[in-house]
Amino acid sequence: MTWFRKEKGIQNPTPSEERRVKTEGLFLKCEGCKAIVWKKDLETNLQVCPKCGHHYRISARQRLQWLLDNGCYEELDADMRSSDPLHFVDTKSYRDRLAVTEQQTGEKEAVIHVRGRLGEMPIVVAAMEYSFIGGSMGSVVGEKITRAIETARAQRWPLVIIAASGGARMMEGALSLMQMAKISASLAFLDQSAVPYISVLTDPTTGGVTASFAMLGDLNIAEPKALIGFAGPRVIEQTIRQKLPQGFQRAEFLLEHGMLDAVVPRKEMRDYLIQALKFLRVRTG
Amino acid sequence: MSDLERSIADLKERIEEFQALPPSQDQQAELRGMRQTLEQLRRRVDTNQQKPLDAWERTLLARHDQRPYTLDMINLIFRNFSEIHGDRRYRDDPAMICGFAMFDGKPIVVVGQQKGRNMKQRIFRNYGMPKPEGYRKAIRVMKLGDKFGLPILTLIDTPGAYPGIGAEERGQAEAIAYNLREMAKLSVPVIITVLGEGGSGGALGIGVGDRVLMLENATYSVITPESCSAILWKDQLHAREAANGLRLSAQDLLDLQLIDEIVMEPCGGAHTNHQETANILADRLRFHLAELEKTSPQERTNLRYEKFRRMGAY
Repeated sequence: MTWFRKEKGIQNPTPSEERRVKTEGLFLKCEGCKAIVWKKDLETNLQVCPKCGHHYRISARQRLQWLLDNGCYEELDADMRSSDPLHFVDTKSYRDRLAVTEQQTGEKEAVIHVRGRLGEMPIVVAAMEYSFIGGSMGSVVGEKITRAIETARAQRWPLVIIAASGGARMMEGALSLMQMAKISASLAFLDQSAVPYISVLTDPTTGGVTASFAMLGDLNIAEPKALIGFAGPRVIEQTIRQKLPQGFQRAEFLLEHGMLDAVVPRKEMRDYLIQALKFLRVRTG
Repeated sequence: MSDLERSIADLKERIEEFQALPPSQDQQAELRGMRQTLEQLRRRVDTNQQKPLDAWERTLLARHDQRPYTLDMINLIFRNFSEIHGDRRYRDDPAMICGFAMFDGKPIVVVGQQKGRNMKQRIFRNYGMPKPEGYRKAIRVMKLGDKFGLPILTLIDTPGAYPGIGAEERGQAEAIAYNLREMAKLSVPVIITVLGEGGSGGALGIGVGDRVLMLENATYSVITPESCSAILWKDQLHAREAANGLRLSAQDLLDLQLIDEIVMEPCGGAHTNHQETANILADRLRFHLAELEKTSPQERTNLRYEKFRRMGAY
């Protein structure tokens, strides 16, 4: 004799799929602390884990929206595309790779440069898109960043470049390499005209991008735990044939070694930049 | 390739032996014959007659261990070279050579990466891969040259900047970036020559100038073909394809308008005759230096910027 007896009268029981609470896609396991995080919490927290502060990678557009006053900006050179000057082919052709990437990301290149306002100050910002072929720098990225620098210099508006890149783009060979020289030479003139430039390094910033404009800011600041280096960790491991220490090439490591001015959490970034640009005033006349 | 090189070397030796003998009719005829053969052999090595070398073969040639290195060129082209050591920050980097020298009786500053020929030297020179202190020494000495109005000649020959823990800790990226920006500001004439390997940012770190010359078999690339293959093909077996795809030869760079001039090498390549290579290069350096000295410092820096500003295809 069982204590509870199944009532026989229930008709049309709800199908089993509907009885389950749908949680898929609502939660995710944090890459930093492995805790279960509600996705909505992550979104309201600028894609930073509310529990451990792990900074998720975000798109260039998302950044611009969060950074600039009212999320407004005017994009420049939006239609500039790579022309595949070397007709490069590896396991697939560069042309196809570009087309597929454009479809997946909705972006035409790995950087967006805009005019906008930050704390009511007119400003030029270039933000890199890591999901576009690893944020790699080819001719278009080089050209757009150079134009951003030139605009800043001509208008005497502060410049902020948000880096996120694996380095120079292999598929454009030495043309990519020379973008480092082009951008840095342009920064030489900006430097001489005393228009402020703040470089924001985000996860990851390596190779030719670090070895050119990302390290040339009047201030170089980074998001917490961002990977920043010249050579990638795998290349170094292969060269020295030993495991790299914990935290090597992270933002805090660079801060400790004197390569960064500050590590700034995403939430404080906007306020930090507004504050910094009050000190680094554009001199007039 | 190496067989050809060997037959050329043998022939040259025999011609020299013949020339040392007292002249006679028979020998003169034979000598002429040998000279003709030599010329033919050289032509086969030379790009015009035979199938041109592909990018991978040039990569290997650019790394040839008998290729003239920076110090070889310094000793053959300049006089009274006096080396300057150290970055005044951390230490001296033997992979980067800096110093004063006389070129045609005029003082200049010379800077370049240095490789080693035997194991001991290679380790001492770190395979020609400078660390941050090397780049910082280079810019320090270039600024010294700038201050005293001495033209700057740089010689590039490196697989790349050194990727190691210490190099990262001391800011390899910052050191190169700083050089790129500061070289753009130099007011004296700056001539860059890629002697052998132009390995990415490590090469460019002393590569911003009014003229960029490349020896015929030198390479200049954003990445080594081996690493490119490892990243894009996920193995090292496609280095040849990568080399050809990257367009890293002197002719490619000229076609892409990234360099100003190709400096021809002696028949058979620079490694067969250092003296002749030095003579040809000295001649070109002399020419460009004279040209650059006609322009004013302000004009020169503007033109230097415009030259790099134009680089890119989109």
